[in-house]
Amino acid sequence: MSGSSQRLEKRFAKLKSEGRAGLITFTTAGDPDADTAQKILNGLSAAGADIIELGMPFSDPMADGPAIQLAGLRALKNGMTLSKTLDMVTQFRQLDEQTPIVLMGYYNPIHYYGNQRFLDDAIGAGVDGLIIVDLPPEEDDELCHPCLTAGLNWIRLTTPTSDQKRLAIILKNSSGFIYHVSIAGITGTRSAQQSEVNTALNRIRSQTSLPIAVGFGIKTKQQVREISSIADAAVVGSALIDVIAKGLEQNLQSDQIVNNLHEFVTELASGTNPETY
Amino acid sequence: MTNVSKNLMDNLEPESFRSGPDDSGHFGIFGGRFVAETLMPLILDLETTYNKYRNDADFLEELDYYARDYVGRPSPLYFAEHLTQELGGAKVYFKRDELNHTGAHKINNTLGQILLAKRMGKRRIIAETGAGQHGVATATVCALFDLPCVVYMGETDIKRQAPNVFRMKLLGAEVIPVASGTATLKDAMNEALRDWVSNVEDTFYIIGTVAGPHPYPQMVRDFQCVIGREARQQILEKENRLPDILLACIGGGSNAIGLFHPFLDDETVSLIGVEAAGHGIDTGKHAASLSGGQPGVLHGNRTYLLQNNDGQICDAHSISAGLDYPGIGPEHSWLHEIGRVQYVSVTDQEALDAFQLCCRTEGIIPALEPAHALAQVAKIAPTMSQDKIIVMNLCGRGDKDVFTVAEALGVKL
Repeated sequence: MSGSSQRLEKRFAKLKSEGRAGLITFTTAGDPDADTAQKILNGLSAAGADIIELGMPFSDPMADGPAIQLAGLRALKNGMTLSKTLDMVTQFRQLDEQTPIVLMGYYNPIHYYGNQRFLDDAIGAGVDGLIIVDLPPEEDDELCHPCLTAGLNWIRLTTPTSDQKRLAIILKNSSGFIYHVSIAGITGTRSAQQSEVNTALNRIRSQTSLPIAVGFGIKTKQQVREISSIADAAVVGSALIDVIAKGLEQNLQSDQIVNNLHEFVTELASGTNPETY
Repeated sequence: MTNVSKNLMDNLEPESFRSGPDDSGHFGIFGGRFVAETLMPLILDLETTYNKYRNDADFLEELDYYARDYVGRPSPLYFAEHLTQELGGAKVYFKRDELNHTGAHKINNTLGQILLAKRMGKRRIIAETGAGQHGVATATVCALFDLPCVVYMGETDIKRQAPNVFRMKLLGAEVIPVASGTATLKDAMNEALRDWVSNVEDTFYIIGTVAGPHPYPQMVRDFQCVIGREARQQILEKENRLPDILLACIGGGSNAIGLFHPFLDDETVSLIGVEAAGHGIDTGKHAASLSGGQPGVLHGNRTYLLQNNDGQICDAHSISAGLDYPGIGPEHSWLHEIGRVQYVSVTDQEALDAFQLCCRTEGIIPALEPAHALAQVAKIAPTMSQDKIIVMNLCGRGDKDVFTVAEALGVKL
């Protein structure tokens, strides 16, 4: 593995030594505009994000609910591209060498950009891993194998439809961490019962020693706290995007939106700390 | 055995153009299974089920029964004599799938899929629709088999296809307007996929064209091949030989592949697919994925797509809602690249002209979709000698389009 991919390992080791779960934030690159998005990104780790997921906007995000759909459309309307998304990471890396960044999105923009060129540029920018929603194990020859060969982490989603047999297939070429999608559904909608999540996590843990993050439907500090007690990290996305959408609705200045979002991240992050349980 | 079932059981030569897809659902580099993990177990299950039933005698018998007694198959192969005279060249035949129950070829596929859904114990049906023909065909079979039906339809399409929206509602379907993106077929498909991801336990997704993840492109094609198989038998009966050219319009491409597929290995038969050029390929306002797009990945498969230089999917444009899709079935992309099928495009205006030509010469109001195919017929038939034969798929009737056509012609209804 190359240097870039060790950030995730180190971060999960650090979390373990601190005896707490991590907070993973998801925001969309370029939402609501390039400058604001960069300011949001630059301040996320100081606000309390342990790992950063940065969404690569796509015109047809089939697995996303309305909040993230709209975030992507705002970003695209304001000129965001895959290339500019990578530039955002490059800029962030000049300020922060430790916090892992994972790019999340759909395959087509990468396919168009060119798979190898994308992997080279992503590593150059300081990306640590990829989550590509529409590339299941059946299509591993496309990007998963080249990605792992290049030394980037390939992070896969497990879902409530992943039975024992399917899990083995999913876990085979997974690295970095496992992202457990807690509901059968799209982002930013309903939330799972903790008992269901727990059952699923036990099943996954019996087959892998990789850290497990849980996402979809986690919107509050309380939910972060609940997930923190059973998983290695909690992912919050749509609820953060909602802060941006609300700020835009209220015609807030860019800096105010950035502040509001970071404050919310700090609040969510306090849910990962056992002393506040 | 009747025509419906025969195609599903054909034995193929190893070098056949008809042997695709491979085990992983690819036609050459096209096709595949590019879906979210949540859906993977479902489409693998569907593939297993489809493979089990595609050669099952009871399944095929039931499909035959409904195709014959409910849909009205076989559809006639009609010699369009007056059109032929008007064009003054090759003999033009219409494969009249517009005479099917519900007025288009779409029901060939929805019947097949709902019979599978029943066997899989699914209790809820979802579908996407553009022109509304697939939505109506899905709502129809849901009424027939008493299953709840939810149809996703773009708001833009709802406006221009009001009669079909009302039809779906009469048939008991819930029509959910889709406002996201461009509010047309691709967005309806996104929304149907979101529904499916959220309702994995009991829901069967009836995709209307030869797109989506494997096994849909294969399955929908197999159900539509009844068109070509009948046409082949009928033209042999009427002319004692195979046609020189087969011609069909292409949105996703299900009616075209249904006509073409049984003829793919007949070297003497030329195949022409007609995409919608909208205002013209050069204007950027069109729906011609092969003529004006590049390979990409959308809605579960790799195929030619309309996209910008960042890999974002572009809006398609066509006067015909049924062709207004920025992609095309993966098998067509493959047939395009290997050169077995020639793909051309026809503008809104050419389609409108052909629409009126068909009304005037044959007393048939065609849908705007096959009017595109007819426009191409009108271009090439006059250049061919009178002993040549063209078979065109008249895949839908035009009742649904009269408002659109009136508006385009400046007539107030």
